[in-house]
Amino acid sequence: MHPVLTLVVQRIALGLLLLLAVSAVIFLGVAALPGDTAQAILGQSATPQALANLRTEMGLDQPALTRYFNWLGGILTGDLGTSLSNRTDIAAAISQRLGNTLFLAGWAAVISVPLAILLGLLAARYNGRWPDKLISGATLSTISLPEFVVGYIVLYFLAVKWQLFPSVAMVFPGMGMMERLNAVILPVIVLVLVVLAHMMRMTRAAILNVMQSAYIETAELKGLTPMRVIWRHAFPNAVAPVVNVVMLNLAYLVVGVVVVEVVFVYPGMGQYLVDHVAKRDLPVVQAVGLIFAAVYIGLNIMADVISILANPRLRHPK
Amino acid sequence: MAEMLLEIRNLRIEATSYPPGEPPRDVVLVDDVSVSVAKGRVLGLIGESGAGKSTIGLSSMAYGRGGVRLTGGTITLNGRDIRLVDARALRALRGREVTYVAQSAAAAFNPAIQLMDQVIETCLLHKVMGRAEAEARAVMLFGKLGLPNPESFGKRYPHQVSGGQLQRAMTAMALCPKPDLVIFDEPTTALDVTTQIEVLAAIKEAIHDTGVAALYITHDLAVVAQVADDILVLRHGKRVEYGATEQIITAPGEPYTQALVSVRSIEHVEKTDAPAVLQIQNVTARYQGTKFDVLKNITLDLPAGQTLAVVGESGSGKSTLARVITGLLPPGQGRIRFAGRELAPALAARTRDDLREVQMIYQMADTAMNPRQTVGTIIGRPLEFYFGLKGEAKRKRIQELLDQIEMGKGFIDRYPAELSGGQKQRVCIARALAAKPKLIICDEVTSALDPLVADGILKLLLALQAAEGVAYLFITHDLATVRAIADRIAVMYRGEVRRYGAKTDVLAPPFDDYTALLLSSVPEMKMGWLEGVLEGRRMAAAGN
Repeated sequence: MHPVLTLVVQRIALGLLLLLAVSAVIFLGVAALPGDTAQAILGQSATPQALANLRTEMGLDQPALTRYFNWLGGILTGDLGTSLSNRTDIAAAISQRLGNTLFLAGWAAVISVPLAILLGLLAARYNGRWPDKLISGATLSTISLPEFVVGYIVLYFLAVKWQLFPSVAMVFPGMGMMERLNAVILPVIVLVLVVLAHMMRMTRAAILNVMQSAYIETAELKGLTPMRVIWRHAFPNAVAPVVNVVMLNLAYLVVGVVVVEVVFVYPGMGQYLVDHVAKRDLPVVQAVGLIFAAVYIGLNIMADVISILANPRLRHPK
Repeated sequence: MAEMLLEIRNLRIEATSYPPGEPPRDVVLVDDVSVSVAKGRVLGLIGESGAGKSTIGLSSMAYGRGGVRLTGGTITLNGRDIRLVDARALRALRGREVTYVAQSAAAAFNPAIQLMDQVIETCLLHKVMGRAEAEARAVMLFGKLGLPNPESFGKRYPHQVSGGQLQRAMTAMALCPKPDLVIFDEPTTALDVTTQIEVLAAIKEAIHDTGVAALYITHDLAVVAQVADDILVLRHGKRVEYGATEQIITAPGEPYTQALVSVRSIEHVEKTDAPAVLQIQNVTARYQGTKFDVLKNITLDLPAGQTLAVVGESGSGKSTLARVITGLLPPGQGRIRFAGRELAPALAARTRDDLREVQMIYQMADTAMNPRQTVGTIIGRPLEFYFGLKGEAKRKRIQELLDQIEMGKGFIDRYPAELSGGQKQRVCIARALAAKPKLIICDEVTSALDPLVADGILKLLLALQAAEGVAYLFITHDLATVRAIADRIAVMYRGEVRRYGAKTDVLAPPFDDYTALLLSSVPEMKMGWLEGVLEGRRMAAAGN
C-alpha cells in the first residue's frame, strides 16, 4: 500500500475513535447533570407512579451503560431520538436545520477562503508597505469587534439605511436558489468579516516564513516577478499551516455561528441548540453536540489529509 | 583580445549592520574592486568567508542579498551598466544572460516542484525556447553532467536524489537557458570529497562544451586552480591579487596569497605507542526503529595522550561512533573500555567522573553555545559543576583557560555573537578543557572554518595535547587535517572500519580500493591535477 494511503487511513480511523470518545463524554456530561428528565417533563406535581411509568417508557430505569449503547446504536441507524419538548423526531428536525447552517457556512467559506488567501498573498508581497498595513489593519479591526456588533452595523447600513438586503434571513423549504442567497447575504457578509483575519494573517505569516528559504532566492535570480515567486514557489510550501487555520475557521462557521444566527433570526443549528438548551431538552443537546463534534473532527482530519498530500516527501517517497 | 562580457569597475557594496547593544551602522563589504570576464573565460574568486566573494558574484546580476546595497562603481554586462537599468530589465537579464549555481543545491531547489519544471522554468519564462525543446535540452544536459537515467531524471522531486546529483541538476538548470555567464557559488563545498571530484569534472566539461563564461567562487584554492583561467584573491572586501591561475599558484606575489597556497603545512610526527585510554571492542549500533546497523563490529584503540583520526564521508557512521562513546546511543553489542574501566552503555548509568573525563567539541561552535551567556559563564559552568569552584577561584581558573586558548582578558564578559568563528571554537575548546578530561571527541571542529583559521585551531589543539596529555578522537572528512594532527587513523566506510593503524602505515601503499579513491580525490594545488586523476582512473578501469 502507498504510504500516503496508510497515513490517510490511519488519520480517519483515529478520527472515528476520537468521535466515539467524544460521544461518551457528551453522554456522561449530560447524564451527570442534576435533575431528572422525567420530572422535568411531568412537572413537580407528578405522581410517583406516573414518573415511574414515564421512566420505563423512556428507558431511564436502565443502567447508564445500556442507555449509552442504545443511544449509540440509534445514531448509527440514523435515529437521534425524540425531542422531549415537542415529541418530534430529532433527526428530521436537525436535517433541515443542518442544511440551512451548511448553506450559510458554505457560502461564507466559498467567499472568505479564496479572499483571505489572496489578501494574505498580497500582504506578503507588499510586506511592510501600505497595502500590507491596510489589509492587516482592516481585517484585524473586523475581527476585534464582537460579531454581533459587526452584525448590527451591517444591518444598520445595508438593510435599514440603504435598504439593499432583507434584515431578517428568512429561509424556508421550496425557496429558489437566488432568493435564498439574497436572504442570507447579510449573515454571510458578517461571517466572512469575522473569519477573514485569521486565515489572512496565517497565509501572510506562512508565506513570509517560506520567503526566507534559499529556493526563493533561486526563483528571484531566475528573473521571476515577485507575485509569481510567491504564487509558484512560496505558496505550495506554505499550504500545510494555512490549511490548518482554514479548517479551524470552517469548523467555526458551522458550530460557532450561534450569535450571528440569532442576530439575523436564521433557522440554523445554532438557534436550534440555544432554544433546546433553554428548554432542558437533553436528547436534542446530545444530538447537536455530537454533530458539532463530528464536524470539528471531520474538518480537522481533512486538514491533516490535505497537509499530508501537500508534502512531496510523503507523496513521492524515495 | 577576446570580447569583454562583464566588466566591473571600482565596485563598492555596503550593508547596514546591527551589532548587539549598539546603534546600527553602515559597513563596507566590498571596496574598490575591479575585475573583468571575457566571453568564454572562467574567473575564480577566492577568499575566506566575509571576503565578499558571493557579494561580488551576485552583483553581476545586480542582486543584493538581504539589505546589501550596491553603492558605487559600474557593472557593465553586454555593453550596458546594469546598475542603471530598471526592475523589469533586471528581471529580463536574471536567468537569461546570467544564471546562478548556489552552494547548497539541496536548499536551493524548491521541494514542492519536480526537477524538470524547475530546470526549464527560465527557458519558458524568458521565451528562449518552447517546452519540448527546453525539455530535450535539459535531458541532454542531464546526460552531459553524468546524471543517472537522464530521460526520467526530471520527473523526480529534489528529496528523491542525492546531494551530488542535485548540484549537477543545478548546473543543468543554470546552463539550460544558454546564458552568457554562470556564477558558481561554492558548488562543491558541501559535497563529500569523492563526490566533489566528479561534480567538479562535470562542471568543467559542461563549461568547456557550452563555451559559457563563468565566475567560480570558492574558498579552496586547489579546487579553483582546476577550473579557472584567472584568479582574483579577495580579503575583507578588497582585492589582494589578480592574475592568471598559473601565476597565482606557482608564484604568488602577495604574502596573503602565499599563506593560502602553503596552508596545511603543519608537520606532525606521530607519537610512539602508549597504553590505550579508550578501547572500542566489537561495537555494533543502530538507531531505534531502523533495521540496519550504522556501526558494524568496530574495534579501535586510542593510546593516552594521542590522536585517533576517524575519516569518512557523510553517512559513514563516524558521528554515530561519537554518540556511542559518549553514551547518547547505547551500542547493540560490544564494549567500551575507558581509562582501565568499562563504561556503562547508556549515559544515564555513567558516573559523574565518566562524564567529566569524556568531553566534546562540535562542528558548529555557534549552536554549541548559549547565545545569552557570556564567555565567562560558558567556561565557568563545568568548573562549578565538576569541581564546585566559585567566586574568585572560578574567575581565576577561567582566566587561565582563556590564556591557554590564546585569548586575552577582555573576552570573559563577551557574548558569543561578539566573537569570530575561530574565537567561538576556541571558547568551546576551553569549555571542554575546563573539565580536565582524558579524552576530547572533536567532531568536524575545523570544517566550518576558513583554512587559515582552521590551521590556528589545529596548532592550538596540538599544543594543548602536549601540555595536558589529553587524547583526541578526531572526526573529520578532510584528509589534510588528518595528516596535520593524527597519530593513528581509522578510515570508515558505510559503518565499517576499512583501514586502521598508525598514520604512516595507513597513508602508505598498498591501499585498499576505498582508501585509494579517497586519497586520490583530495584536490592538489596544481593545474591539471583533475585531468591527471581522471585519466588515471580511466586507465585503471580500462586495465581491469
